[in-house]
Amino acid sequence: MFKDVSFGQYYPTNSLVHRLDARVKLFLTLLFIVVIFFVKSYFGFMLTAFVLLVVVLTARLPMASVLKSVRGILFIIVFTSLLNLFFIKQGDVLVSWNIGRTMFAITKTGVHTTIKMVLRLVLLIIGASILSLTTTPVQLADGVESLMSPLKLIKIPVRDIAMIMSIALRFIPTLFEETNKIIAAQKARGASFDTGNLFARAKAMMPVLIPLFVNSFRRADELAFAMDARCYNATDKRTKMKKAKFGFGDAIALLFILSFATVIMLDRYYFGTIGIDIDYMIFGGLL
Amino acid sequence: MSAIELKHLTFVYSKKTPFEKRALDDINLSVEEGTFLGVIGETGSGKSTLIQHLNGLIKVQDKKVSSVIVNGLSATDKKALKNLRFEVGIVFQYPEYQLFEDSVKKDVAFGPKNMKLSPEEIDARVRRALEVVGLDYDEFAERSPFELSGGEKRRVAIAGVIAMEPKILVLDEPVAGLDPAGRAEILALIKQLQKDVSPTIIMVSHNMDDIAVLADRIIAMHDGRIELDGTPEEVFCNREKIAEIGLDLPLATRLRDKLVERGVNLPDGIVTPKQLETALANLKSGGLNERGDDNV
Repeated sequence: MFKDVSFGQYYPTNSLVHRLDARVKLFLTLLFIVVIFFVKSYFGFMLTAFVLLVVVLTARLPMASVLKSVRGILFIIVFTSLLNLFFIKQGDVLVSWNIGRTMFAITKTGVHTTIKMVLRLVLLIIGASILSLTTTPVQLADGVESLMSPLKLIKIPVRDIAMIMSIALRFIPTLFEETNKIIAAQKARGASFDTGNLFARAKAMMPVLIPLFVNSFRRADELAFAMDARCYNATDKRTKMKKAKFGFGDAIALLFILSFATVIMLDRYYFGTIGIDIDYMIFGGLL
Repeated sequence: MSAIELKHLTFVYSKKTPFEKRALDDINLSVEEGTFLGVIGETGSGKSTLIQHLNGLIKVQDKKVSSVIVNGLSATDKKALKNLRFEVGIVFQYPEYQLFEDSVKKDVAFGPKNMKLSPEEIDARVRRALEVVGLDYDEFAERSPFELSGGEKRRVAIAGVIAMEPKILVLDEPVAGLDPAGRAEILALIKQLQKDVSPTIIMVSHNMDDIAVLADRIIAMHDGRIELDGTPEEVFCNREKIAEIGLDLPLATRLRDKLVERGVNLPDGIVTPKQLETALANLKSGGLNERGDDNV
């Protein structure tokens, strides 16, 4: 029943972003994740948000699907921001109050740090989720293989690792579907999975887990036979049916993110030294 | 009394995403007790979604519009759910893949145990169920289900469902993947089950020959709708519709049509080998045109 859903969150719109070379997307996502830790000013965050907005719009992803990934780490965000807010002691005190003998204070630096941390986390997650929303798992595995290929020189079996990854990813929806089927079948025999204490619930999962394991081993055997029958690993030079090509769009994407990274780096290390404070220019004395 | 009463049943998978799929589209169906209902349709026509509504495995999506009543129990009533599960036994495709216990006896007892029956009653039911599916209790009870043959495994799995003695038995492709001998055995078993255990049977199948022989009534589904509904003769005589929704005719019907093309005068409404045999015998004994009213 879920056979149309490939895996995770892939959201097909066949946009420019979807058609990019997976290697380029992987590299740019990694670059983005690194760069976002160099963002220092509010101007930097605004620029990052703008860049992400451009990518999301180009990819024709609905905002809801992008923001859904943020919901997953909402707890972490709230928890760490509370910690930051109350335990950063430097800077001018904005408010303070006493509970018993302990004094709690919220400082200006604390507020700034908290806001920036929340922005950083949210933008980071959105950026990373764009990769999984626009790239199929198979493309990702191929991309990883291609990026890791230099490791072949030091005798790391990159291709096998990539094959293991692809197989694992490929069978996630299959296992998911099968789990649903087995759950349905056992429910039809009156099994219930949501009553009783933790121990009872774990025990109730046995009628699902045992068939799942038995079937997985059977399937692994069959797959091994099928791969053997197709002469897998008979030769060293395997070719790909769908070969990723670095195209014009990839060059544009590369240029776009690289210039973004450059501006962020300039903002952090250079603008200050020549006396330009963009945050002050935008917000004035507000901060 | 109707065993099953479906009204305006609609179900949409992955609502409001690009994967949205209307699996059921305003289904209305009433099945009398004691009916052997055959359900046919291409893959993805909504058969599985339909049968999983019958015991509440899939929840009714729009409770205001749709209703599912089975033996007087409403599938939208949460308190009735447990009873509903025992009222309707579903044997899924390849049921042998859901065996999990270390002995046949324990696996068959899983359903009755969930019904909270007494140990004596459970034991009695396990014995009865194994007997009905044709497995000798003394020989099989203590064996591991994983060491049995394919056909035996399937019998154990079916026994696991009928040990709950459901009033309505639903079978999804019960003979898929079995060899001819295994198929014949399971089909004979299903007929027996209707007599001994569950008076109302619903069988989903891609095999038109099996369905034509076994069913009293057939519904043909396509794109989440019931396109044809009637006796096997009525359904399979609508040749255009059957072809339009991507289904085949039973072998006997195809053979009859080929013979008619060659000039043999045979009546319409032949769907089983038995009917074809009778018609041919009639022809030979000179009973020409007695029932030769070709009304298609």
